[in-house]
Amino acid sequence: MKLNALSTLLQRKRLSRIQNLYFTLLVSMALCCPFAVFAQTDTTVPQSKADTAKILQLRQVNIATVRAGIRHTSATPVQVLRGAELTRLNSFSVADALRFFSGVQLKDYGGIGGLKTVNVRSLGSMHTAVFYDGVQLGNVQNGQVDLSRFSLDNLEEIALYNGQRSQIYQPAKAFSAASSIYIRSARPEFKPGEQRHIRAGLKTGSFGLINPSLRWQEKISEHLSATLSSEWLHADGRYKFRYTNGVYDTTARRSNTDITSMRLEAGLNGLMTDSSSWFVKGYQYHSQRGLPGAVVANKFDYTQRQWDRNTFVQAGYQTNDKGRYSLMVNAKYAHDYLRYLDPEYITTSGFLDNRFKQDELYISAAGRLHLLPVWDIALSTDYQLNKLDANLYRFPFPTRHTILTALASELKLKRFNLQASLLGSFIRDEVREYTSAGNKHEFTPAVLASWQPFDTEDLRVRAFYKSIFRMPTFNDLYYTFIGNTLLRPEYTTQYNFGLTYHHTFLHQSLVSLSVQTDAYYNRVKDKIVAVPSQNLYRWTMYNIGVVGIKGLETNIQTVWNAGNGIGIQAGVNYTYQQARDITSMERYKYNIPYIPMHSASLTLGADYKHFEFNYSYIYTGERYNQLSTDQNQVYNYMQPWYTHDVSAGYNFLLNKQQLKFQLEINNLLNQDREIIASFPMPRRFYRLKLQYTI
Amino acid sequence: MKKHTSLLFCILIVFCIVVSSCRKDPSVIPSQEELVFPPNPSSTLKGMYILNEGNMNMNKASLDLIDFRTGKYQRNIYNQANPEVTRGLGDVGNDILVYGSKLYVIVNVSNKLEVLDAKTAKRIKQIDIVNCRYITFSEGKVYVSAYLGKVGDASAPQGIVAQIDTASLTIEKRVDVGRQPEEMAIVGQKLYVANSGGYSPPDYERTLSVIDLPSFKEIKRIDVAINLNRVKADRYGDLYVTSRGDYYDIPSRLFVIDTQKDAVKKVFDIAASNLWIDDDIAYLYATSWSYPLQKNTISYTMINVKDETVLDRKFITDGTEKEIVVPYGIKVNPHTKEVYVSDARDYVTPGKLYCFDPAGNKKWSVTTGDIPAHFAFIN
Repeated sequence: MKLNALSTLLQRKRLSRIQNLYFTLLVSMALCCPFAVFAQTDTTVPQSKADTAKILQLRQVNIATVRAGIRHTSATPVQVLRGAELTRLNSFSVADALRFFSGVQLKDYGGIGGLKTVNVRSLGSMHTAVFYDGVQLGNVQNGQVDLSRFSLDNLEEIALYNGQRSQIYQPAKAFSAASSIYIRSARPEFKPGEQRHIRAGLKTGSFGLINPSLRWQEKISEHLSATLSSEWLHADGRYKFRYTNGVYDTTARRSNTDITSMRLEAGLNGLMTDSSSWFVKGYQYHSQRGLPGAVVANKFDYTQRQWDRNTFVQAGYQTNDKGRYSLMVNAKYAHDYLRYLDPEYITTSGFLDNRFKQDELYISAAGRLHLLPVWDIALSTDYQLNKLDANLYRFPFPTRHTILTALASELKLKRFNLQASLLGSFIRDEVREYTSAGNKHEFTPAVLASWQPFDTEDLRVRAFYKSIFRMPTFNDLYYTFIGNTLLRPEYTTQYNFGLTYHHTFLHQSLVSLSVQTDAYYNRVKDKIVAVPSQNLYRWTMYNIGVVGIKGLETNIQTVWNAGNGIGIQAGVNYTYQQARDITSMERYKYNIPYIPMHSASLTLGADYKHFEFNYSYIYTGERYNQLSTDQNQVYNYMQPWYTHDVSAGYNFLLNKQQLKFQLEINNLLNQDREIIASFPMPRRFYRLKLQYTI
Repeated sequence: MKKHTSLLFCILIVFCIVVSSCRKDPSVIPSQEELVFPPNPSSTLKGMYILNEGNMNMNKASLDLIDFRTGKYQRNIYNQANPEVTRGLGDVGNDILVYGSKLYVIVNVSNKLEVLDAKTAKRIKQIDIVNCRYITFSEGKVYVSAYLGKVGDASAPQGIVAQIDTASLTIEKRVDVGRQPEEMAIVGQKLYVANSGGYSPPDYERTLSVIDLPSFKEIKRIDVAINLNRVKADRYGDLYVTSRGDYYDIPSRLFVIDTQKDAVKKVFDIAASNLWIDDDIAYLYATSWSYPLQKNTISYTMINVKDETVLDRKFITDGTEKEIVVPYGIKVNPHTKEVYVSDARDYVTPGKLYCFDPAGNKKWSVTTGDIPAHFAFIN
């Protein structure tokens, strides 16, 4: 025991020395430093197996308890779906699951292969950053991450934070977006005596869907585990849709909707004797799909196709976060390839065939220091390199260097929590030809507070202010003809005030009740919009818009015990938004395109013995597909839509292994609807899921 | 215990009632009418159709009508006249023509030529032409230019001109021309079409194709400049042709073609986006994006086509040009010499139509559909 304690002490000492060094270097912005740290910490001191197991268990418990309360204690609004909650929902991809969050507008072009992005609190989809296992999924070309590509198969948790994640110890990237989605893949967790988990799944149903998947988790040693996860998907994607104005009534079938994709992910997770941890992950996604296009008069069928290849490798290391100093480093390399083929656009060299290649290199280091038991400071620095290559005429071949440095501080009193952060963004664009957008430096603050006004922990008050911007994408700046290198960043300012209430009842049918409600005001300035320059075929990007957004969100989650072994979970979300274009003297009385004034969702889940039943309802109120006035709103009006989805599942044991069987019926009442104008959504459709776990 | 369970059900019921405000019944897109100026029963022309292009993918091409005698402006008349047409007029209206008793409307992305009754706007026939662009007429035939000759053939980038008989309303003949052909004009027995080649920058086309109408064969090409767009004939046998340039180094220009010699006769060193010729005067405007200023610079010019000289006069003199964000269409009343100019504004909200008297003062203006661009008079 003595020996053990000594070695731990030694280890800690070494780490703190390294961290001191790191802090010094970080300030001087020497970015190669994290690698040096990484190399040194590779040498581990052996410790008894039992100890590590205990630590491992402790960490798990901690994570669980902290996370259970995060919705309640976070200074920024957060919505989380994890584990069983996630698998219960009638959802196929991350995008489907996000429909159940308040303040989120899903832009869905329909079908399995259709683009799906989210717009959080009407700030615009490019203001939402998506993090996969802590590292951002970037797309510097168009700023959009297609969330339909991330199936829920290998995911453990999806969380949406408005403003930023309410913690100071995180990569600088985590401070750099107006809202953030954190997706976490399933991490292997083994009970004593377990060596391996294998899960095989199959999903099938409407749209000619075939989607087998396999996940293999292996405990290599007490310190090391490995995961392999893969899935293949094929669907013809065809579905019926219907348009009617009461006189004509046309039902047709969506065409050119096929998709074939393949995902392969492999990871190693390690835990060191001092409770520091590391991971390495490789990810590969391939797809080829038809692009079904807008359903307009006399043209329902399209022939355009798209191929994607996304590859990345990321790794991270994190010290035990109980010490006075903590350190976290992350690195990533990503390569993305996209090919777009348009057989309806014939050039002198054949069909239009555009190919885009993006490279991204990212390194990040973050450190935290406990100054006082109630006061922490953190400093994080990220460097990112992005390159875009395209076979376009007059393409400048841009490269972007981004350095982000965030200094953050947190005051943790018994009933009051205050966080403040300042993010410095230093961006330099270089081009091989023509003109670059040059350098940009921006400093943007955020202040977050959470307060428990009474003795009871049930009620908390929270508020945040955040100013942040998004850089113009490479398409905004450099795309042939439309790009404009004089663009300024698009700024957002957010003010939020909210209450959270959480209560657990004893000996009652209502087991727990949690309520979150937030009111907010957002402003988007210098909005980057496309304006036609010489004619309709020559658009130019331009900073012009100002949008003012007022909103109110309420989110109620309850758990019930209905007796006789029946457990019920019920949740309601409601969002009110008033998002107005306030650019010109002309004041628009109607919301900006695609933002409903009212939207809501309801989820109900019940468990009884081996059965589970789920019902969900999503409502999106009337919207307008273009800027509207009293005169033209009638031409831009889009009908509200609401879908009822149900599912039933049955869990049983087969050869002592768990087999789960689930049937989903979506859009039960067969409602014809559009989320994006001219892109009809499917009518009623079915899905069957089988999952076998060893 | 009971209280809580009933609370749950109360919440659910209230929620469903509040939220399920019903959808409206499907209905035909309504038209709108407003009085723009006092009735003028003596007007020689009965009125003018306005074709609004609408944004791509929005399926919002729309047809408006101004009645010069009653002073009434009607927006979005196609759907009321043709409620049975699935998804209506369609996506991106690109040209309009009244010839005889018929109204012809080209809808670009919808790949169709709509043949309507000129009085009622009721559909007579739909003729499918892939990626059709402009229309003109001569001696009982209408001619349509289209970007795509053969669908799905990677080695066939050239466009076509199709000849349609106005009695049978069928495509009689097609002829291959240059790549991405735009506007056409007919002088005598020759049809001239502007080839743009806009799909393959920097390899633009730089010619007008000349088609002999009796044989319907391309007889020659006239080298003019890159990326040609508009072609208008004057009454002296000359063509006024615009080049869009390459949007970078080569500026937009206006060329005069002598159709006797089929050769360039004169170059005006002015940018030109669109023009209309009435009697001896060409009315034109130009829009060009200025990067340093981060805005469009707009110019309005009048040219005497008899002498081929730029006039000092302007057709907007009262300062209204400051109100016009993006001029997008132009036409002149042959009897009153009033000038109609449309403004596409920001392209995502309704445009405006302005009427100027011959002295250049605004007579009236009216809100149109999205991106008003093309006009056709009715007698």
